[in-house]
Amino acid sequence: MTARATIEAATIEAVWRIEQPKLTARLARYLRDIGLAEEVAGDAFLLALERWPRDGIPRNPAAWLTEVARNRALDRLRRTTMIDGKHRELAIDLAELEREMPDIESALDEDIDDDLLRLIFTACHPVLPAEQRAALALRLLGGLSTLEIARAFLVPEATAAQRIVRAKRALRDAAIAFETPRGQERRERLAAVLEVVYLIFNEGYVATAGPDWLRADLCGEALRLGRSLAALMPDEPEVQGVVSLMELNASRFPARTGRAGEPILLLDQDRTRWNWSLIRRGLDGLNRAMTLTSTPGPYLLQAMIAACHARAATPADTDWIAISAYYQALALAAPSPIVEINRAVAVGMAFGPAQGLAIVEALKDEPRLKDSHLLPTVRGDLLEKLGHQAEARAAFRQAAELTGNDRERALLLARAGD
Amino acid sequence: MRFMMLMIPGGYAEAAPDVRPGAEAVEGMMKYNEELKKAGVLLALDGLHPPSAGARVSFKGHKPVVTDGPFAEVKEVLGGYWVIDVRSREEAIEWARRCPAGENDVIEVRRVFEMSDFPEDVQKVAEGFGELKA
Repeated sequence: MTARATIEAATIEAVWRIEQPKLTARLARYLRDIGLAEEVAGDAFLLALERWPRDGIPRNPAAWLTEVARNRALDRLRRTTMIDGKHRELAIDLAELEREMPDIESALDEDIDDDLLRLIFTACHPVLPAEQRAALALRLLGGLSTLEIARAFLVPEATAAQRIVRAKRALRDAAIAFETPRGQERRERLAAVLEVVYLIFNEGYVATAGPDWLRADLCGEALRLGRSLAALMPDEPEVQGVVSLMELNASRFPARTGRAGEPILLLDQDRTRWNWSLIRRGLDGLNRAMTLTSTPGPYLLQAMIAACHARAATPADTDWIAISAYYQALALAAPSPIVEINRAVAVGMAFGPAQGLAIVEALKDEPRLKDSHLLPTVRGDLLEKLGHQAEARAAFRQAAELTGNDRERALLLARAGD
Repeated sequence: MRFMMLMIPGGYAEAAPDVRPGAEAVEGMMKYNEELKKAGVLLALDGLHPPSAGARVSFKGHKPVVTDGPFAEVKEVLGGYWVIDVRSREEAIEWARRCPAGENDVIEVRRVFEMSDFPEDVQKVAEGFGELKA
């Protein structure tokens, strides 16, 4: 036992956050149900909050939590089995549970990596909508409470709770096995996992300038989750890729808003404000990832693009030819009209505005872009560079009508000469 | 938030220049390091040669004076460090508690400054030196 004097809830929470993913993973293997595992793990946490301030933090908190959760699981399963005898399968698990779990110390020594991977792949199963996957991942792997998840995603607590409940139910209904997928399925499932990590990061990325630290801290959650995945799957280039991409993007946080909170575009940023330790980590990770594959996937390609910007001491030093090539590859690996617009910008910088404009013109009937100001903005920029002032102004005016951002509208109207 | 866990090994102040940790100690520490890594919190770590192989530079009267180790007057010296990225001070302390340290060892847990911790005028002075930040 540690000092009894004052054990704050924050201390117990810290233990919880470290232990929770491992505890849930271990329980899920025995219970074959991550919903039930999460619930009994939660029960154990509540009991810890009640007992530890009085009794002190146990010498081995993992063993304490595992034992409590196991007993809760046994209680629940016995009750279910008694109420309706048709839960035969659960009864089998129950016997197994009672047989295998008593030796908690040795269960704790077992290699937890495989169980953690199973937990990650199951929580991020593509059968779930991305927002449910994100909520479940933050809950099971980040140890966030429902209230914290709600605040992070700017939704009412009831909505966040519902996402988690629905996700658990959907996994149960679809009888999703608690397994790490292999072969082709693994590739698809990994994409679903990485999508969640990057979604959590971007949710925080758009909020870092805001007043709510919890939302901004989502970037930290995503980075930890990504780094954890990278440690568990050191040979997956896309996992390393998403971590590098997040690190390189995060390196620009200090430079992307001005003193009045106005957004500053990448090429206008004061590069001395970039976080160079994150850039170094991002570039190192990228180099490692490049040794793992000769056919980089979408995250690695995006990291390679971010790295081109990070390596350029000034905007004029940017290797736009390389960026054009990576966007070309990205357009093939993960086609999207947004990628095409970015490619148009890069090609315009590398090979001249006429080449960029050709890509933009090919997008003019793209339905997914018709409500976006992006296309006319880029088009106006390229036309302006080509000296077609009247057409450029018309494009900027069109973009101004489409943007939802007042500051951006003012900027676009100024360029339109209005 | 980033924290540094500073390892102050008992008896390291007097350790001979060629002292190295034994295989058993290294094994325990590697397991711990792996745990930090798999939790996604480890950013950096290093171990330091004993102070008897080092030197101290002091600045009395604004003049640098070099003293070779060991340093008789110093009782607590660094043996290594970890940099971790965690959610709270409590979490950093909890990680320190889990270190398989010797009974005379001490781990000091210290938060790393971020640029945003400084007032505006200091940030302004620091701008332009960005590349120096490790």
